Amino acid sequence: MEKGKGVLGAGRRWAVDFSDNSTAPSSRDIPDPPGFTRASVDQDDSAVSRQKKDAEANWKAQKAWEVAQAPFKNLLMMGFMMWMAGSTVHLFSIGITFSALWQPISALQGVGKVFEPYKDNKVELLGPKLLFIALNLGGLALGVWKLNTLGLLPTHASDWVSSLSPAQEVEYSGGGIPL
Amino acid sequence: MAIRSFFLFILFFSSSLSPVFSLYEDQVGLMDWHQQYIGKVKQAVFSSQRAGRKRVVVSTEENVIASLDLRHGEIFWRHLLGADDVIDGIDIGLGKYVITLSSGGSILRSWNLPDGQMVWESSLQGPKHSKSFLLVPTNLKFDKDNVLVVFSNGRLHAISCIDGEVLWKKDFEAESFEVQQVIQPPGSDLIYVVGFAASYQFEMYQINAKNGELLKHESASFSSGFSGEVSLVSTETVVALDSTGSILLTISFQDGKISSQQTPISNLVEESLGPAVIIPSSVSGIFAIKTDAVTVFIRVIGEGKLEVVEKTTHEIAVSDALSISEDQEAFALIQHASSEIHLTVKLAHDWDGNLLKESVKMDRQRGLVHKVFINNYIRTDRSYGFRVLIVMEDHSLLLLQQGEIVWSREDGLASIIDVTTSELPVERNGVSVAKVEHNLFEWLKGHMLKLKGTLMLASPEDMAAIQSMRLKSSEKSKMTRDHNGFRKLLIVLTRAGKLFALHTGDGRIVWSHLLRSLHKSEACQSPIGLNLYQWQVPHHHAMDENPSVLVVSRCGPSSDAPGVLSFVDTYTGKELSSLSLDHAVVQVIPLPYTDSTEQRLHLLINADKHAHLYPKTSEALSIFKREFLNIYWYSVEDQNGIIKGHALKCKCTGEVADEFCFDTRDLWSVVFPSESEKIVATVTRKLNEVVHTQAKVVADQDVMYKYISRNLLFVATVAPKGSGEIGSVTPEESWLVAYLIDTVTGRILHRVTHHGLQGPVHAVFSENWVVYHYFNLRAHRYEMSVIEIYDQSRADNKDVWKLVLGKHNLTSPISLFSRPEVITKSQSYFFTHSLKAIAVTSTAKGITSKQLLLGTIGDQVLALDKRFLDPRRTVNPTQAEKEEGIIPLTDSLPIIPQSYVTHALRVEGLRGIITVPAKLESTTLVFAHGVDLFFTQLAPSRTYDSLTEDFSYALLLITIVALVAAIFVTWRLSERKELQEKWSFYSAFASQSTFSSLFLCDN
Repeated sequence: MEKGKGVLGAGRRWAVDFSDNSTAPSSRDIPDPPGFTRASVDQDDSAVSRQKKDAEANWKAQKAWEVAQAPFKNLLMMGFMMWMAGSTVHLFSIGITFSALWQPISALQGVGKVFEPYKDNKVELLGPKLLFIALNLGGLALGVWKLNTLGLLPTHASDWVSSLSPAQEVEYSGGGIPL
Repeated sequence: MAIRSFFLFILFFSSSLSPVFSLYEDQVGLMDWHQQYIGKVKQAVFSSQRAGRKRVVVSTEENVIASLDLRHGEIFWRHLLGADDVIDGIDIGLGKYVITLSSGGSILRSWNLPDGQMVWESSLQGPKHSKSFLLVPTNLKFDKDNVLVVFSNGRLHAISCIDGEVLWKKDFEAESFEVQQVIQPPGSDLIYVVGFAASYQFEMYQINAKNGELLKHESASFSSGFSGEVSLVSTETVVALDSTGSILLTISFQDGKISSQQTPISNLVEESLGPAVIIPSSVSGIFAIKTDAVTVFIRVIGEGKLEVVEKTTHEIAVSDALSISEDQEAFALIQHASSEIHLTVKLAHDWDGNLLKESVKMDRQRGLVHKVFINNYIRTDRSYGFRVLIVMEDHSLLLLQQGEIVWSREDGLASIIDVTTSELPVERNGVSVAKVEHNLFEWLKGHMLKLKGTLMLASPEDMAAIQSMRLKSSEKSKMTRDHNGFRKLLIVLTRAGKLFALHTGDGRIVWSHLLRSLHKSEACQSPIGLNLYQWQVPHHHAMDENPSVLVVSRCGPSSDAPGVLSFVDTYTGKELSSLSLDHAVVQVIPLPYTDSTEQRLHLLINADKHAHLYPKTSEALSIFKREFLNIYWYSVEDQNGIIKGHALKCKCTGEVADEFCFDTRDLWSVVFPSESEKIVATVTRKLNEVVHTQAKVVADQDVMYKYISRNLLFVATVAPKGSGEIGSVTPEESWLVAYLIDTVTGRILHRVTHHGLQGPVHAVFSENWVVYHYFNLRAHRYEMSVIEIYDQSRADNKDVWKLVLGKHNLTSPISLFSRPEVITKSQSYFFTHSLKAIAVTSTAKGITSKQLLLGTIGDQVLALDKRFLDPRRTVNPTQAEKEEGIIPLTDSLPIIPQSYVTHALRVEGLRGIITVPAKLESTTLVFAHGVDLFFTQLAPSRTYDSLTEDFSYALLLITIVALVAAIFVTWRLSERKELQEKWSFYSAFASQSTFSSLFLCDN
């Protein structure tokens, strides 16, 4: 994801576009250097840009698939971490489990944002998005499964009765050995 | 795999919370206090040693012999003899041995006076039971060895003072002979033994002190008989009263001949007095008789003539004679006047002259003077000075010297009957009762010391100062309530009928009150305090109403003597009111209902099984009427082996119309066969115990429902043969049967017979379990058993959805008449100690795990986790069971030395352990009492809900400050860096553009 951002668009602070024959006043006033013909650049402008756009679309689609597959690596990593943490409840296992739950959720929340840079009329993003969501849901399921193996899911009767106060008795009796 | 195990290793360390209950050395005294007492002094002997520290040796009714510092009243040494080893007499022999005669005159012991080590012990047997006397003649020698003369069990012994060897003995086997006095006239080799035979014959035996030979035996009969004691007026004259208590008999046995004279009391005192008793005293020539109203001092003037020297209506106490020179004897006399006592010291032969006359202001709460002991010292001007030791009605011990109380000891606290607790007043603005008198300098000094301590710069002296500061922290001894509920008042009723309020912070006496209702009076001859109950505990009006306690007492030892109730304010110690009842009090049942002023309703059962409701208000009656049909009571007749259940019926019939009195009817009875079972212990749950949950989660997320009932009674019976001492029966003829009985319906829920076991049985009942302790005759060891009881009828409530939606009836009220299905689990373990008391910790919400508190035979309190007494323990617990905390089964319970609650201290004569929950859930307050008192705080699962005492608040504060500072600094730094970056970019841009414009200009 980071790579994609770095190349194009949003993350950039400033840029000087040398290819652009800008219409800015500073450059308009200045005459072209001798021997420079603007026409030669203008000539195959449309062909080049079409070609360029196609390449960009291809590249975007490729990147989108790459991004969509990224959670898979995460999934493997998480699995390994969970295996390491064991099945007893302590600081590490809880931390790992919660990060395993949190990462997919936050990723799912930001599905739109993740694929925004690759938004293009020509690029079909539905496939990568679905894959991305599926993989993250898989991660989530892994987290929940881990939670269950830790015994932190209230799926047993014992989880619901552990703070059940004793039943009151209707009758009351006192006494004992005479004083 | 190695990585994983390494991780687990680290995790184990970071999460290991195996509880350790021990204290560090410097924590002793922070949470706990210990007070040493001796009990009511019976006899005191002053040590006449010239050199060394002045001391007095005392014997007490708690069977303690102690050597006290005469200057400050501190204990030099102290020995508690066994409960059945009652001290009959003490004396000092050869100036360096304390001689004690105990166990009805059958054990004679000698102790080293300076350090209290036992020198020798001899056992004295005799033909029959009799009074016992211990004489230490000063000038009776036998081969350079001082001789002790002991009369006990119908036999006269002469015993060597150095090694306790019996030199000679002489039996007095005459069947009806009752010894009254043993006299050894100083300067002679004779011993007189005088007594009565067949209650109308006076007998005198003259014995040679050198060899025990009977020299003379005379007897004379008196047709009017004798009553009470005899008083010795000279070495050869005694005074006795006849059986009607109206004629004085002066009997002299000079030269072995008995001569007597009868003087009717009416001849001496004009008005008729009624039957009199002789006050025992050893002052020569003078004796005293006492009737209901008057005390009369009578002098014997030769030939049996009597003369009244003084008649007084004041309460009076007389000391024994103290010989101050060859032929002079002095004695002390104490008379009461309203708020003072008058001490006079007189010479025995000169009644009218006073050697000393002093008045001492005396606290009314100490009551009357019961005993006086006199001692003299030589002043710098070579005249005699006197000091007296007095024992008061409240069992306190005071030393008077030069008209002042030099020291006092509150020894009434050695015999506590009952304990309850009370909250302290709520802290109000402006009203600070605490003594916080720090000036700024001291405050600064204290903090400097503490800082030094934390930085490890403190010298040993500084450390000691820090320690004493911690111990004396004013926070714990404040007179107001605290958030954690650690500060409370322990309200204590003593055998003397005095009520004390002790502060839990430092154990000081906040107030003490000698109950008026427990005072001897016309209506109530010998009142005895019985029990304490919490009468009123205000929660809603905690700011403006004081809590009060109910003291139940009885006029006399028999169970049908009328009862007396007194209500005492626990903040001030004032007796709010007292009620003399016209009925007896056999049982007091505090009901779980309170009226609008938060007074608890109490049901008092009298000897005729009528129930009386208190308080006698119409509101209480209406509350009671509402619950009338649900109130039951049961009685345990341990003599007959019957437990009976009763229900309330209707208003009392036959008596004067009393709408607060109810008839009862018998509902059920459990009769134990008297030839095979005898009730030795009954125990119920504590009324105020809080149980957090009814479910117990066991391994594999399974649930078991506890059978929690307030109306369960644990009864232990043993074979009648086996109710004696341990080892008196064979295992085949001894057994123990344990019952769990529902006290509403009389249903026996569980019964188990253990063969080959013997009492005494100590048991404790909490939540759904009972733990009991007994002796196993087959294994020759003590054992402890646990019974846990579970409700099987609830066991199928396992549908998660029903539980989630609350569609279950687990918390709805239940009736005990519905048939319960219970299962029990039990297990037994060996235990090393024999016990004196057993208790269980109790916490505010009942969440914290429980510990058993065992009062061991060594007078210490041992905490034992309930987890060790879990009937689900197995030899090889599964992984899930291990995770649940089940300890592998062992045949005996471990005794971890660090879990002694009393650490290095001993609570001498331990009788009871009381636990009180603090407001902080993790903590419980423990009070152990016997002859000594001990109080501490316990956290059975450690203080998980508060920071520990040694938590460094300074470090926390420093860390926070440092973090805030670091955040601020880094924020500033980052700001600056960002600004610089921006500047460098713009300057770069600017320089570029200027460069290009320059270039253009050139062009």
